[in-house]
Amino acid sequence: MPLLQIEGLTHYFGGLRAVYDFNLELEPGELVGIIGPNGAGKTTIFNLITGVYVPTRGKIVFDGTNLVGLPSHRIASLGVARTFQTIRLFRDLTVLDNVRIAHYSQLRYGVASAIARTRAFLAEEDRVRERSLELLRMLNLERYASLPARALPYGEQRRLEIARALACRPRLLLLDEPAAGMNPGEAARLMEFIQWVRREFSLTILLIEHQMRVVMGLCERIMVLDFGETIAHGPPEEIRRHPRVLEAYLGRGTAL
Amino acid sequence: MHKTSRKPQLIWWVLLAFLPVTVVLPELGLINPYLQQVFMYVGINIILTVGLNLVNGYMGEFSVGHAGFMGVGAYVSAILTVWVLPRQYGPFLFPFVLVAGGLAAALAGLVVAIPSFRTRGDYLAIVTLAFNMIVKSAIENIEAVGGPRGFMGMDKLTNMAWVYAWTLLTLYCVRNFVYSRYGRGVLSIREDEVAAELVTVNTRQCKVLAFVIAAFFAGVAGGLFAHLLQFINPRSFALFPKSTEILVMVYLGGIGSIGGSVLGATIFTVVLELLRPLGVWRWVVVPLTLVLLMIFRPTGIMGLREWRPFIPPGELLRPAPGRQEVKAGAPAAD
Repeated sequence: MPLLQIEGLTHYFGGLRAVYDFNLELEPGELVGIIGPNGAGKTTIFNLITGVYVPTRGKIVFDGTNLVGLPSHRIASLGVARTFQTIRLFRDLTVLDNVRIAHYSQLRYGVASAIARTRAFLAEEDRVRERSLELLRMLNLERYASLPARALPYGEQRRLEIARALACRPRLLLLDEPAAGMNPGEAARLMEFIQWVRREFSLTILLIEHQMRVVMGLCERIMVLDFGETIAHGPPEEIRRHPRVLEAYLGRGTAL
Repeated sequence: MHKTSRKPQLIWWVLLAFLPVTVVLPELGLINPYLQQVFMYVGINIILTVGLNLVNGYMGEFSVGHAGFMGVGAYVSAILTVWVLPRQYGPFLFPFVLVAGGLAAALAGLVVAIPSFRTRGDYLAIVTLAFNMIVKSAIENIEAVGGPRGFMGMDKLTNMAWVYAWTLLTLYCVRNFVYSRYGRGVLSIREDEVAAELVTVNTRQCKVLAFVIAAFFAGVAGGLFAHLLQFINPRSFALFPKSTEILVMVYLGGIGSIGGSVLGATIFTVVLELLRPLGVWRWVVVPLTLVLLMIFRPTGIMGLREWRPFIPPGELLRPAPGRQEVKAGAPAAD
């Protein structure tokens, strides 16, 4: 059974067709890339999956649950986590708090025990702190734990965003242009990092990327979007030569 | 290793140890009635300010009609002691009366919160503004509770000890709320609401809780106020001056800081008393101070910092914006 199944996903912003008849089946453990020029509807697809927008039409089924119409926090607690194209950390909060916040739905205590600071509350809080620090340790961010997120260097902020997403205990991770603003060297290291994260946390990953090199080296399958429509779909070698992709994505008469 | 300490902080025991003092001082006549009154005003204002800070400071929303909730609590508790409950048991029932007033205000808070948090931004300001006006004019039009003339007949049940105890309780509860998953949720709403939702935070739950808790304590403050003055009228709970004063105390002390609210409420209340000889001119000095404050120290006196007693043991200090800025090169890279 596929982990994520998207059928006929269509979304309009007023008269603008942002996504049209998008279909995707993700098997557990896969790493699939979505590419396409600016405004092709890539981020919109992420926003539709995560409930930021409700699709005009279409079906999104995650592990047997229909996600359409669910609030974002429910979708996230079901195991769909994401990062953003432009980093959206809680900038003025500590690195540790950024990760702890993402445990919200995993904590079971109610308001009364929080206010009374009951034993159960303290035990749960201890666990979350432990786990958050463990995550930070794994991602090499532990030494920043008490600093505000905004004080981190750019690359570390990207990693923290992934740490925060991992704190939600996702099974599906959506990465929105993780290599944005990185030079080729940094992007290469990021690719290794993504591979490592996938193995370590046994994740299925859907990745939006602008830099061809990153997706080509990383993904098993690639979908190409242009003006909201899927114009090609296949393994990287195929996509590399696909005439419509070259035309839409790179311009006429270009080769990669 | 990183265990949250179970040991209560000494400072809270010290603060609690002062409770008998607030009973003994007036009994022995060691503190004159005027000072007692100022002390109680300070306490009531701290309760109001800390509550509103939860919504306006920690959560970054803008609620402007906090006195409306105070009014609901004041009238409900006054009606209970004057009409409903046997007078001779008043002193024993007083804490329950205050809780009832608080619950009534919390219910009003819930009614306001649920529709207003469906949308974003300035909407809450408008709804709370309207709520405050509705409370005021509703009471003005209910003849049974005296309409615009006000309501009286309460015994003087509020004393220094009750005010002090409720102030401590409020501070303790709000602190613990702030340092729980709900409090972190509230902070994440201020930082980036969409991102908060996407990392599993139930933002509506957090918003409604913060708002209802703020309303509850405003209701309690109203009950304390009603049984201190033994006379209340709708104008005591109007947008101006009461709601405005609470806003001023929040921003004076500093948003997102319990210590700030304690400072803000105390300084404001005391300065206002000291300026009494100036008469109407008080209302020139006070706003002017506020304008200057906003220009020279827009984050308030505490500027998002916190006092140690208001941080549970084992918790990290939360960084203050504008501080601890990027230290070039440090810490060492991997």
